[in-house]
Amino acid sequence: MAIVTMPALSPTMTEGKLSRWIVKEGDEVRSGDVIAEIETDKAVMEVEALDDGKVTTIAVAEGTEGVQVGTAIAEILADGEDSTIGQAPAPAAVPAPTSAPAPTPTASPTPTPVASPAPVATPTPAPVVPAPVVPAVSAPTAHKAHGGERIFASPLARRIASQKGVDLSLIKGTGPKGRIIRADVDAATSAASIMAASAPQRQPAGNMAPDTGERSSLNANSSMRMVIAERLQQSWQQAPHFFLDMEICLDPLLSARKSLNEAAPDGVKVSVNDMIIKAAALTLMKHPRINASWEGEHTRQHHHADIAVAVAMEEGLITPIIRDAEAKGVYAISSEVGELATRGRKGGLSPHEYSGGSFTISNLGMFGVSSFTAIINPPHSAILAIGAGVEKPVVRDGEITIATMMSATLACDHRVINGAEGAEWLASFRRFIENPVLALG
Amino acid sequence: MAETIFDLVVIGGGPGGYVAAIRASQLGLKAAVIERENMGGICLNWGCIPTKALLRSAEVKHLAENAADFGLEISGITFDIKKVVERSRSVASRLSAGVSHLMKKNGITVISATASLGPVVENPGGDNARTITLDNGEAITGRSIILATGARARSLPGIEPDGQHIVTYREAMMPETMPQSLIVVGSGAIGIEFASFYRDMGVEVTVLEAVDRILPAEDEEISAMAETIFSRRGITIHKGVQLTGVEVRDGRVHASIGDTVLEADRMILAVGITANTEGLGLEETAIELDRGHVVTDSVMRTAEDGIYAIGDMTGAPWLAHKASHEGIIAAEHIAGQSSGHGLKRDAIPGCTYCRPQIASVGLTEKAAEEAGHTVRVGRFPMLANGKAIALGDDEGLIKTIFDAETGALLGAHMIGPEVTELIQGFVIARTLETTEEELMQTVFPHPTLSEAMHESVLDAFDKAIHF
Repeated sequence: MAIVTMPALSPTMTEGKLSRWIVKEGDEVRSGDVIAEIETDKAVMEVEALDDGKVTTIAVAEGTEGVQVGTAIAEILADGEDSTIGQAPAPAAVPAPTSAPAPTPTASPTPTPVASPAPVATPTPAPVVPAPVVPAVSAPTAHKAHGGERIFASPLARRIASQKGVDLSLIKGTGPKGRIIRADVDAATSAASIMAASAPQRQPAGNMAPDTGERSSLNANSSMRMVIAERLQQSWQQAPHFFLDMEICLDPLLSARKSLNEAAPDGVKVSVNDMIIKAAALTLMKHPRINASWEGEHTRQHHHADIAVAVAMEEGLITPIIRDAEAKGVYAISSEVGELATRGRKGGLSPHEYSGGSFTISNLGMFGVSSFTAIINPPHSAILAIGAGVEKPVVRDGEITIATMMSATLACDHRVINGAEGAEWLASFRRFIENPVLALG
Repeated sequence: MAETIFDLVVIGGGPGGYVAAIRASQLGLKAAVIERENMGGICLNWGCIPTKALLRSAEVKHLAENAADFGLEISGITFDIKKVVERSRSVASRLSAGVSHLMKKNGITVISATASLGPVVENPGGDNARTITLDNGEAITGRSIILATGARARSLPGIEPDGQHIVTYREAMMPETMPQSLIVVGSGAIGIEFASFYRDMGVEVTVLEAVDRILPAEDEEISAMAETIFSRRGITIHKGVQLTGVEVRDGRVHASIGDTVLEADRMILAVGITANTEGLGLEETAIELDRGHVVTDSVMRTAEDGIYAIGDMTGAPWLAHKASHEGIIAAEHIAGQSSGHGLKRDAIPGCTYCRPQIASVGLTEKAAEEAGHTVRVGRFPMLANGKAIALGDDEGLIKTIFDAETGALLGAHMIGPEVTELIQGFVIARTLETTEEELMQTVFPHPTLSEAMHESVLDAFDKAIHF
């Protein structure tokens, strides 16, 4: 029953050369037999028959170049079937076989100017499977960019990029002849992690448009910027975000902080943020579902709270990771954040100090932001956005009193986290913030 | 000469300076090198090369003495130290002549003098330039300057080398007579090479080291194995000791380590080096020093406009090949052809030509762990390598260290026959950023010592075949 059409060997292929027929008209073929060879500028592929039958027509001669994808190249008929080539168009209602990778030629392929007996219109595509054979020119390996260009990158750069989900085609190589080296991938991931918390980046002074009278000007995007764009766009498009918002009373934590600071070792000053890190870490241990990463086939469960903390810098942000925060005291967290932030500002962090992690906290309270939503920083499944602590009238036991309130907005990846799970997490987080003594438990 | 303005003036004609001048000349710059002694510097005249010649004599002697192991009979082996030194000197002078020829071939002006930086000359033909004053009363002018003055042996406070009983590397490589006993202070590459040479020549050798292991820059396992082998060769090693005083009495050196006094005919001081920064006029410039070394950026620029510094004077590792690479980086930057990346310091190999040889690149196991890596370590002993057994030289170990997560080759550490020739394989691997996979897929020729490198990589991933 089948019209065999010119298969697409790659998503971008539009035409190819029919280099060789393995069968001739009148041959009996069985499903899986190789019937022809197709050649593109990159590879030679075999075309297999998926049905048993007899080759009744060969519509495109061997050696024909520029055969459009979808063009009928042959017909294989089982006993008793009638030829459709040269007959009226097949009814539009005929569904394309779902198993066939060949595209449905709805776009009315141009008939080939060869021995085709009659113009062919919208034939039912035959189920053909192109099988890779010998690479003709260069190996069509996975090391290709979307456009088919070969990407030159060191083996280590490739491996780290694949581990961190970085698209090599977006990175500009700085190695010999533009080869992508490890440092380029590290720079790209560091840029992505610097951006982690969807925080505003201040425009560096040197980048301001010169006063040329033009109303706008074009600035080339750096490769770092491209990776940031790619990663956050990917997160926003692939991770179905939902947001949970809660108002949390900060007063008990503020007084606990006062006591902590009175007893603090020299040089340590605990910030509200340090305590939020600790509370979030403890909450993650209580609700491990939030401390996970979506990896398609499976979900990776993290067993420690490795918290990426967005730290404000003069020219943007950096997000060093406090590892095993659940097991660290607030003083230790405070010193570590301080130390990492200081080195981060000098650009002195190693990749392992800012990549990976399992959860992000972004605090824009110091800018006076009352509440905001943040984009999840892959591979994390959630990000906690903290607003400013503000004194507000609140009703307590039927009376209006003044309390310092802070908003906490949890953005969750719905692929990993259900609404109720996110809500339970946030409620537990509030309990830790409003009862700092629970951290002892 | 004062009328000529050079595009580049290099001060120091060692392996950093002369290489920088050649590269600059290849890129079309008019270059001059000022050298106060011999072209080729310490490396070629008083370091790397002549010591390799000495060690070769020691190796041949060792083989001859063990000829019976190979079914040969050689008797009555003696040596004449004068001839051994003579050979070493002729090797050095042949190479120094070669460098002079290279200078001529590349149209580089070589000036035999001691130089110091003079004042900046404003706008001679467009660019600023700087005068360089020479000790012969003349001066030359250069648009860019590369300082490549190297380093010299460090001395210990209170212990003054007298050139006879207490010596440094220079006298140590030109002994007129052989001592019966020798104390080597310092167990870095230089100290250990001399210890190995003198021991093979029949001298009673004692090595003193301040820290708790010999060859402190190497991986701990390599240090330990080296110590075992050296001790078996009859070298006495005292670790974790401080030299508290040295006296020369009746032609003998008396070295005090606390209450213990060691006696020997001679003492070699090999306790590190000091950068040659004096007398250059650096004080008049913005050039910064950090613990005695000139501070540079990744393209070897100092803080003073137009002045670069390379090699030993810029700090560790104090190796000729590091100096040469820095010279090329500086010359290319001056010619406007910067490669963008500075020298990858963790991809600079280090070699010690003692018996057995030692070579390494990258992080030691301990340093890798301290840097936060989860490591996979591979080990392969030379005693399981066919070629090593055939050579009759099967003592040694090849150790490789990988990052468990990324498969990056973090370091390689070797001790054994010809490992100084083998290490480049791992250096290339690091430079090309291979992972364990490419190293495993590489076909190593059989039978070679290099197969032990392959097996070590396989062992790191529990796939070793022959052990």
